[in-house]
Amino acid sequence: MTPVPVASGDDTALRRRVLRRIASRPTVKGALLVLAVLVAFALLAPFVAPQNPYDLTALNVMDNRLPPGEKGMAGFTFWLGSDAQGRDMLSAILYGLRTSLLVGLAATAGALVVGVTVGLTAAQFGGRVDATLMRVVDFILGFPAILVALVLLASIGRGVEKVILAIVVVQWANYARLMRAAALVERRKEYIEAAVNQGLPTAYIMRAHLLPNSIGSVLVVATVSIAGAITLEATLSFLGVGVPVTQPSLGLLIANGFEFLLSGEYWIPLFPGLALLALILSINVVGERLRRSFDAHRH
Amino acid sequence: MASYALQRLIQSVFVLLAASIVVFLAVYGIGNPIELLVPPQASALEREELVRRLGLDLPLWRQYLVFAWNALHGDLGRSFVHGVPAIELILTRLPATLELVVLAMTIALAGGIPLGLLAGLNTESRASRLIMGGTVLGYSLPNFWKGMMLILVFAVLLGWLPTSGRGETVEILGLKTSLLTLDGLKHLILPALNLSIPNMALMIRLVAAGTADAKAQDYVKYARAKGVRPRRIVGRHILRNILIPVVTVAGIEFGSLVAFSTITETVFAWPGMGKLLIDSIYQLDRPIVVAYIMLATFLFVTVNLLVDLAYAALDPRVRLVGEAG
Repeated sequence: MTPVPVASGDDTALRRRVLRRIASRPTVKGALLVLAVLVAFALLAPFVAPQNPYDLTALNVMDNRLPPGEKGMAGFTFWLGSDAQGRDMLSAILYGLRTSLLVGLAATAGALVVGVTVGLTAAQFGGRVDATLMRVVDFILGFPAILVALVLLASIGRGVEKVILAIVVVQWANYARLMRAAALVERRKEYIEAAVNQGLPTAYIMRAHLLPNSIGSVLVVATVSIAGAITLEATLSFLGVGVPVTQPSLGLLIANGFEFLLSGEYWIPLFPGLALLALILSINVVGERLRRSFDAHRH
Repeated sequence: MASYALQRLIQSVFVLLAASIVVFLAVYGIGNPIELLVPPQASALEREELVRRLGLDLPLWRQYLVFAWNALHGDLGRSFVHGVPAIELILTRLPATLELVVLAMTIALAGGIPLGLLAGLNTESRASRLIMGGTVLGYSLPNFWKGMMLILVFAVLLGWLPTSGRGETVEILGLKTSLLTLDGLKHLILPALNLSIPNMALMIRLVAAGTADAKAQDYVKYARAKGVRPRRIVGRHILRNILIPVVTVAGIEFGSLVAFSTITETVFAWPGMGKLLIDSIYQLDRPIVVAYIMLATFLFVTVNLLVDLAYAALDPRVRLVGEAG
C-alpha cells in the first residue's frame, strides 16, 4: 500500500508563498529579527553571558545594587546594573530567557499533544465519547487559566516541570476544541470516505489523513499561545508559585526586583521586564500576522 | 424556552458540583497543613486535639462530605489562620475587588468603544493602524510588570499618585468605598488602569472588527443612500448592532477581570479578595483558598448561565438547537 500524499503540490506552494509574503512585511521582519536574537542569546547564554549568575563564588556582595554601566570591585562593568547579591543583571536576564523559553515551548508542545489527541479522538468517534470529552473541555475553559494554574501550583509546589504541567492543564482544552472543529470539517470530505471504504484501519486514517490535514489552524493558534504560556509562567513565578529561585525565569527576576522599585533601583525590575516584553511582543506580532493570512486563505 | 432554561440550570449545578470535588481534592488532598498550624512546642495531645477540631483526621471523602454539607448551608469552613468563617472574610474583601473591577471595566468600555469605532470606520488610516498596533502592545504587556512600571512612573518618578493601599474610604450602607474620596480615587486610578488595559485592547479589537463588518452591510448602504447623516449612521445603525457582542464579551470578561485582579491587587497591595487569596496560599490557609475558588466558580457559572439565557431569549436558533440536541 503506497502512502497517500498528505497535501497536494499546489497547497505547499501556496503555503510557501504566503509565508514568504508574511516574512517580508517590515513589522514582521523586525519581530522575527528580535525573536531570532533572543532565541540565539538564550541558547548561547553560558557562552555569551559575562558572568555565571548562579555560581555563588563568582559573585561579590560588595557589588550589590550597582546602577547600569558601573564598574564593580573586580573591574567588571555591569552594563545593566547588578541586583542585591551583586549579580550582573545582563547575565541573569540571559539565563532567565532560557528558563522562560524552555517553559513556554515545552508547555505549548505538551498542551498541543494532549489537545490534538483529545480533539481528534472526539471528532473521529463522535457520540458519547465526543460528548464526554467536550464536557471536560467546556468545564476547564469555564475558568480563568490563571486561577486554575495558581491553585494547582499552590498545592503541588514550585518547580520548572510543575509549572509546565500546570500550563498544559490549562491550555490543552483550547487545542482540543479547535482540533475537533477542524477534524469534523475534514472528516466529511470524500478522500476520508474513500479511505474508510478501502477498509483502512481507523488509527491509520486518523494519523495519516485526518491529523495532517486538519492540524494547520491549530498550529497557527499554538504560535500565539507560546506567548501566552510564557506570560502565564512569568505571572505564576511573580506570584511566588512558579519556577524555583535556583532557576529563575524573567518573571522571577522581575518579582525579585519588586522590592527595589520604591527605593529607586529601577533597573532590577525594568530590564528583565523589557526582555520579557520584547519576547512576548515579537511572538505575538508574528503569530498574529500568521493567523490573519491563514484565515484569509481559508475563506 | 423553559425546558432550555431548566436544562442549562441543571448543567450549571453539575459544573458547580464537579468543581467543588476537583478543588477540594486539589487543595486538601496534597500537603499537610498541620505542620504549619501546630506550634513547635505543642505536645502530642494538643496536636491531636487541634487535628480533631479542624477535622483533618477524617478520611478525605468524609472531609469532602462534611465540607459539601456545610457549603450547602452557606458555611465554607473557618480560616485556619484568622479563626473566622472563610466566607465572612472573603465577603469583607469583596467590595474592594468589585470597586476595582467595575472601574476597570468602565475604563475599558469608555476607551475601547470610541477607539474601536475610529479604527473600524477607516481601517486603512494611519490612526487605525496606530490603534490596532497599540492593542497588540496592550495584550502583550505582562500585567504585573506593567503595574510596577505604572508605579515607577506615576508614583516614584513623578510623585503624583500613591504606590499602594486603598486610601481613605467612606462608608455607604455599611460598605466601604474609595470611589467617593479624593484620596481613595487617587489610590484607585493606577490599579484600575492596570487592570483595564488588556480588556480595553480586547474591546477595541471587537468593536473595530464589528464596525468594519457592519459598514459593508446592506442596511448601512441603504441608510447612506437614503441620505442619513454620517453621525446618525454610526450612532444608530452601526453602534447599536455591535453593542450586542460587546455586552456579551463584557459579561464574560467580568469573570476574568476578577481573576486578574489577584495580580493587580498583589502589585498595588490593594486589600481585595485577590490579595487575600495569594496571602492565604502562602499561609496554607486552605479553607480560604477553597472558599475563594468556590465563590469565584459560582460567579462564573452564574454569569455564563445568564449570558446563555439572554442569548436564548434574543435568538430563537439557540434554544431550538438546545432542544433538538
